[in-house]
Amino acid sequence: MQNKTTTFAEEINQAQHCAMAEDDSMICMGLGINDPKAIFGTTTGLQSKFGSDRVFDMPTSENAMTGVGIGAAITGTRVLMTHQRVDFFLLAMDQLVNNAAKWHYMFNGQMTVPLTIRLIIGRGWGQGPTHQQSLQSWFAHIPGLKVVTPSLTDNVGQLLYQSIMDNNPTIFLEHRWLHNQNIDKETCVDYNSNMQTTRVIKEGEDVTIIANSYMLLEAIHCHNFLKKQGVNCEVIEVSEPTNIDWQTIYNSVNKTQTCICTDIGHNSFSVSSEISAKIYEACFTSLKKPIKRIALPSYPEPTSFGLTKKYYKTRTEITKAVSELLDREIFMTEDVEFPHDVPGNWFKGPF
Amino acid sequence: MKKLDAYFESLRIRKIEEMIALRYPEQEMRCPTHLSIGQELVPVVVSNFLSKDDKAFSSHRAHAHYLAKGGSLKKMIAELYGKATGCTGGRGGSMHLTDLDCGFIASTAIVGNSIPLAVGSALSQKLQNSNFLTVSYFGDGATEEGAFYESLNFAAVKSLPILFICENNRYSVYSPLEVRQPVNRSITDLSQSIGVESFHTDGSLLIPLTYAVESAIEYIRKNNAPALLELDTYRHREHCGPNFDDDLNYRAAGEVKTWLEKDPLKLLFAELSADQHFEKTHNEMIIKIKNEIEDAFLFAENSPFPNPQLNEEFLYAK
Repeated sequence: MQNKTTTFAEEINQAQHCAMAEDDSMICMGLGINDPKAIFGTTTGLQSKFGSDRVFDMPTSENAMTGVGIGAAITGTRVLMTHQRVDFFLLAMDQLVNNAAKWHYMFNGQMTVPLTIRLIIGRGWGQGPTHQQSLQSWFAHIPGLKVVTPSLTDNVGQLLYQSIMDNNPTIFLEHRWLHNQNIDKETCVDYNSNMQTTRVIKEGEDVTIIANSYMLLEAIHCHNFLKKQGVNCEVIEVSEPTNIDWQTIYNSVNKTQTCICTDIGHNSFSVSSEISAKIYEACFTSLKKPIKRIALPSYPEPTSFGLTKKYYKTRTEITKAVSELLDREIFMTEDVEFPHDVPGNWFKGPF
Repeated sequence: MKKLDAYFESLRIRKIEEMIALRYPEQEMRCPTHLSIGQELVPVVVSNFLSKDDKAFSSHRAHAHYLAKGGSLKKMIAELYGKATGCTGGRGGSMHLTDLDCGFIASTAIVGNSIPLAVGSALSQKLQNSNFLTVSYFGDGATEEGAFYESLNFAAVKSLPILFICENNRYSVYSPLEVRQPVNRSITDLSQSIGVESFHTDGSLLIPLTYAVESAIEYIRKNNAPALLELDTYRHREHCGPNFDDDLNYRAAGEVKTWLEKDPLKLLFAELSADQHFEKTHNEMIIKIKNEIEDAFLFAENSPFPNPQLNEEFLYAK
């Protein structure tokens, strides 16, 4: 009998199985892809099902292996590459920016690059300066790349499946803290249905909260808490910063006349900066107060448990922003029963 | 490879590039160009052993590789003129050539960055159980990039059908090899110790070059494994642009003289001239090449510029 529930990680795994079955030309590669831990369980069973020609571990050569992926992609192979942390992938910026992003354009549409790169973002528990960077705004800045930042289990499989099947280079940024989310399998969207990259997750009239990746979970917590206080927040998920349905955002801001823009990355020059700028351009006269942006400070994440308590922004900061926007005193009591640097008691390290 | 064929093909590329150099000051070709003058024989001999289903990738100095593989001359000249009929419709210029019909997949401008692409192409060929191979052309400077080491390592570990061709012309712009790599370590030995069967020979001499290319390709096809050829070559002109630059004295006068004396075309011409009929053949060759070049330049000049209204086209594939 099939499990009735599914997790974010299981959906990622299933999307890869489906894509591999769908396209015989497809390959999956990544350091540790078939090791005993199978990249947090997200690549389980791929090699035993599809063979070691199509699913293989690879040298620790991020730059050349990205080039190999591009070279294979432009000559008839669909490619998925996975890295356990974004930070290591920075060695591959030449191949990503100079080749993958520009290839279709530079060669006048004569070739396509069906390449998807899964990059996992870490957080907390000592991940420190070089194991936790959220660089979606870097990638989104480069014309020709698609960037996907999933948040919820119901559509993560669809987002990954359609990213793989798309004939453009796509950076798929997966937050490690999302992997253990658990939902009823039946609520998952069909992989082949229309991909919605800008979704109103919770409706409300008082404040618009725009969020991506893990910050969406904080925004949902905030919505649920504030609802009991008589405040209705509209929560909007942005899961593809390079393909935002701006009208959905403008409609919401025009309705609530207030906006909080959250982001998992550093605040300066972030996706939230871009979204805020667009809202100012389109909805300036609707806004009762300036937009509030909630994201990371402009310094690296320190490693020590003693230094990270205030580094990440949570439901507490969002609630405070709502309170200021509405001129209402609202206090959020901390209801979290596990340390600040883990997503839940299930996480015992190391990464 | 037959002497006469090698001479004709090399002469054709030489004359094309000399015409590019001659007409560059007109300011109609407005993109950086890296001429292969002096290095033509290498791709001519390599291409002699390839079919159109064998793929090729190259670097910034790609005209000779593209032309020898069978790339359209008209589309290349039109590309230098930035015209709609160019091989990338004016998007890429001299450093981003392609002609998929002949298997010349692409050249790219960043040093060493097409080497992994060529390895990826060889991976596709292996996955598709094809009997064809991929050629990766690059210079000595590229062997200092991490991408070179990483690519050879992966090609070796996966036994991929790829021929790496290192045209060692001893200079990275103005910087000589001695200041960039230890003098006692050869590129051939380095590559051999990474696990790629490697050969070294003179890229100006037809017979040893033909033997080396044929042996390397035979090795790849027989063993389903990669090989590398390090070939000594010399560019006669400046790194980038149409001119000679020996007045800058970055290359020793004796060195330049030695290499000009062993210019592959000069050597072949001397050998072929022993035949009394060659003069007539040579004149016919010159006329044929001249006509082809004139046609190509006329085609480029008469072609329209691409439409800037379509500048955003092909940003994303449908």
